[in-house]
Amino acid sequence: MIIKGGIVYDPANGIFGEEMDICIENGRIAEDAGGEVIDARGLLVMPGGVDAHSHIAGPKLNTGRIMRPDDSRMGTEPRTRVCRPSTGYTVPNCYAIGYRYARLGYTTAFEAATPIIEARHTHEELEEIPIVDKGALTLFGSNWTVMECVRDNDLGRLAAYVAWGLRAARGYGVKIVNPGGGEAWGFGSNVKSVHDPVPHFDVTPAQIIRALAEVNERLRLPHSIHLHFNNLGRPGNYTTAIETLELLKDIKPSRMRQVVHVAHMQFSAYGGTGWKDFESKASVIADYFNQTNHATMDLGQIIFGPATTMTADAPLEYANARIGHQKWSNHDIELEESSGVVPWVYMRKMPVNAVQWAIGLELALLTRDPWKVVMTTDHPNGGPFVNYPEIISLLMSREKREEEMKTLHEVVRSRSTLPSIERELDWSEIVIMTRAAPARILGLEDKGHLGIGADADVSIYNIKPEEIDPSKDHAEVKAGMSRAKYTIKGGVVVVRDGEIVAAPQGRTYWVDAAVPESEMDRMLSALKEKFERYYSIRMSNYMVQDAYLSNPFVVRAGVQPLKEVI
Amino acid sequence: MISGRTLAQGAGCEDKMSPLYINEVSCCYLSEDDYRALGLSDGMNLLLTSPHGSAVLRAGVDKGLPQGIVFIPMGPWANMLTGTDTNGCGMPGFKGVEVEVTPTDEKVLDIRELMLRGR
Amino acid sequence: MILQIEDVLCTFCGCLCDDIRVEVNEGRIEKVRGACRLGSSKIMGHNRIKSPMIRKDGELVEVGYEDAYRRAAEILVSAKHPLLYGWASTTCEALKKGILLAEEIGGVIDTTATVCHGPSIIGIEEKGLVGSTLGQIKNRADLIVFWGCNPSEAHPRHTLRYSSNACGRFVPEGRKGRKVLVIDVRETRTARNADRFLRIQPGTDYEIISALRMIIGGKADSLPEDIAGVPRKDLIEIADMMKNAKFGAIFFGLGLTHSRGRYKNVDNALSLVSELNSHTKFVIMAMRGHYNVTGAGQVLAWSSGYPMAVDYARGAPYYNPGETSCCDLLSRRDVDAALIIASDPASNLPRGCVEALGEMPVIQIDPFENPTTLFADVVIPSAIAGIEAEGTAYRMDGLSLRLRKLVDTEYPSDVEILQAILDNIRRLRDDN
Repeated sequence: MIIKGGIVYDPANGIFGEEMDICIENGRIAEDAGGEVIDARGLLVMPGGVDAHSHIAGPKLNTGRIMRPDDSRMGTEPRTRVCRPSTGYTVPNCYAIGYRYARLGYTTAFEAATPIIEARHTHEELEEIPIVDKGALTLFGSNWTVMECVRDNDLGRLAAYVAWGLRAARGYGVKIVNPGGGEAWGFGSNVKSVHDPVPHFDVTPAQIIRALAEVNERLRLPHSIHLHFNNLGRPGNYTTAIETLELLKDIKPSRMRQVVHVAHMQFSAYGGTGWKDFESKASVIADYFNQTNHATMDLGQIIFGPATTMTADAPLEYANARIGHQKWSNHDIELEESSGVVPWVYMRKMPVNAVQWAIGLELALLTRDPWKVVMTTDHPNGGPFVNYPEIISLLMSREKREEEMKTLHEVVRSRSTLPSIERELDWSEIVIMTRAAPARILGLEDKGHLGIGADADVSIYNIKPEEIDPSKDHAEVKAGMSRAKYTIKGGVVVVRDGEIVAAPQGRTYWVDAAVPESEMDRMLSALKEKFERYYSIRMSNYMVQDAYLSNPFVVRAGVQPLKEVI
Repeated sequence: MISGRTLAQGAGCEDKMSPLYINEVSCCYLSEDDYRALGLSDGMNLLLTSPHGSAVLRAGVDKGLPQGIVFIPMGPWANMLTGTDTNGCGMPGFKGVEVEVTPTDEKVLDIRELMLRGR
Repeated sequence: MILQIEDVLCTFCGCLCDDIRVEVNEGRIEKVRGACRLGSSKIMGHNRIKSPMIRKDGELVEVGYEDAYRRAAEILVSAKHPLLYGWASTTCEALKKGILLAEEIGGVIDTTATVCHGPSIIGIEEKGLVGSTLGQIKNRADLIVFWGCNPSEAHPRHTLRYSSNACGRFVPEGRKGRKVLVIDVRETRTARNADRFLRIQPGTDYEIISALRMIIGGKADSLPEDIAGVPRKDLIEIADMMKNAKFGAIFFGLGLTHSRGRYKNVDNALSLVSELNSHTKFVIMAMRGHYNVTGAGQVLAWSSGYPMAVDYARGAPYYNPGETSCCDLLSRRDVDAALIIASDPASNLPRGCVEALGEMPVIQIDPFENPTTLFADVVIPSAIAGIEAEGTAYRMDGLSLRLRKLVDTEYPSDVEILQAILDNIRRLRDDN
């Protein structure tokens, strides 16, 4: 296949809007190729989108669907010759997730939080999501074994457990959510700072985070630790954010990437002492990112209208349910985590929501290096991912931001710096934030770029970058980015003119990390006791079986230098 | 009348044509007081009539029951007495059905006769 | 040769115990260890349907599988609005095929949940569910409440493995470290193991829960001396038990969902637990009956957005319990054919619904004969999931586990049967 005459943006390879042909052979980008010719003359061409933080599969998704039949009724689309039926807006069914990502030109999406013991369910849902490649991060932040290893300062055993946990969950990376808080929530409390000890375990969140970061590098995992801060969602929490990032400054990355990826930074960039004097501290956070090089972030931009909040930060969901007088689902997970789901609505005239909206945009615009920023909505916490084109058009157009701000509560002007920000992102920066950076941050070497040998994941939009001025023509940008002219996944045209034309099964990425056998044995003998005494299922029934990954892609990592990469 | 699960009903519930299951689910349990008041003894049967139907069941005693309530293990006999109205929620009323209970000389039907009654 | 298989899953009730030991000799199960009476009776097995059958002149006549598949396909293709019902005692994989089938023929798919914990799901739609995995309760709960449920008879190993009698990290002494409260209309076997048994009048759960919510909300003084026959002081005592627990757990059963009030009872109980979390830690869980009724809801939810009663007649999923649920569809004669899998509606639905089944063509897929067989026009015997076929099931707390295959069989699995019916349907459609 040859994509002819497109205006190509491939910033990872130093290509910033050049007219060139893209060749595809056997599902990869190639030097030359024959076969189908796709006429992309003058059109915007870029690598397929990569979502590095999205909630797309697992028990909390179904909890959201089951408690929200009102949401499922939105976005209903009947079955077609190619597609299964779609339902839902904030909590779409599995099929809709795959189709809607593909229509946006996205070809990869990573589920951001899965408890090991419930990973089988996550994979059952991932299997049902068509088209996109996917993976799931694994939760370790309130895990008994993790906390005991940290307490004993036994990083060898911890490394063995993380490697085993990733294998058991068929997980891709280390996710930490409100570390220690999930355990404290087991008796209805929480941890209040990174130095607040976790009840019964004699460790602090700071110790958990540092130990997992060190082990993450010891295991040479493709992705860094992926961190949801303590105190997320609370006024004044920007100090917790910076205090936490400071903990990790001296850790050396084992690969060419960050040491910590901060999840949905927007929810942790809050000033004020309460909701009344709530304000943006995005500029302080962005300054911190501008002055350091060990951290990356995704935005967690909010979108006005309905959302469904879902997180392993169970105390936060309890607070959400109380503040919003909303229905509340909670799910504690033995020995590993807590979690919750609460429906939400972000309102333009609500002062806090208006400021939250500004914070996400400020973070993207004030952080100078786009490689440190991934555009997300923390789907569906900030709003559904189908709104990415809205965010793109906001980031590219000051005029659009001004128009939007007129419809919001006036505090958006006094409690954020957004009105004074002139920067308008260009296409290269958008491609970095939605493709190149998330792929690099996740450690997906064959994604996020169009170099020879890369996965042939390409999106082509009905936008002519040489004719359009995104600053003024933001409506066209949004419309064009909402319906890809073509989405090509692994060399197969899956979207043509905004419609799904094929729905192949994507791959599921997971990381197999090797550790010395002696460490693994030592860890397992302690772990066996956990199963005998505390787990409610048997160890032999715990691990996700091969049957749940019909199309796996295994990334090798490990303590020892790699001998072979398969 | 309330209906519900019992051990014997459960143990037989994947072998529903077995005497174990049939015997269990064709039995109507009464409190000791009601059992005595109706002059019942071993081997006697009851005719139960609800607004939705009627059935003949064997009589038994459940010491845990209060007066005025009969319990039937869930199954075809109990369901001769339940109605189909779900109050718009999909669930018929399996518990709390008003029934009239009278001793009878009629025999308990076998499962085929019961199921195909009136066909 | 005798084969010992460890950590087998029991495919009877929603406990989905995964620690059963099974002895297999020459491809037959000889012994079952560690299971309860319900589980071992199922795993040991009993009379099977021997061959596919088709009803001819009122009698079921043995036929080959291909004939049965074709007849089943003909029934489904010629139906205007077929019902695909059951699914709680088979694998998630079977239901996935069933959903595809429902999509292709514009049928309605419903699970036994609608006549079991369907109202609980509607309650959750109203209020959300404050829950946990069973292991969390085993490790932490110092108060266990059984409300309108009787695990001693319906979930016999529940108390020892997960709840009142289990030992856990923060409750190492087991039963002695926990208080057990039973609320029911009759003094069940479970009630006899309780520290406190509160007997209530049938159909008064809603009032009792409301009163407890008022007491916990500090409004005890507004209550009358007697609430639905229960003295106020008893309820104050019970509310204190709940508030003073470090970690409380309510397990509720069909006592709430089958009684007057139905989903409103559950809605109220969910609210009670939500509110208790302002005082202490509390969770609530439905005692799901069939081993994979939870999984059926999960698969339907991720496939269609809805957990039961999904109608595909419009091409897209449509859900409205009370309209698209099995009982209502049958009693209103809104469906004109039925595929019944791994369930027995003839026994478990009200007589009025069963009569409707008698008026339409019925396909039954099941390893065992049951009263529904008396109404079936096509009977297709299947392998027993979790014994003769692999697959996935979800425990009552939502934890998914993989069922093992213990012995070989000549019977096709539910997945294979449904695929064959689907293939026949596609062929019939292509011919037309």
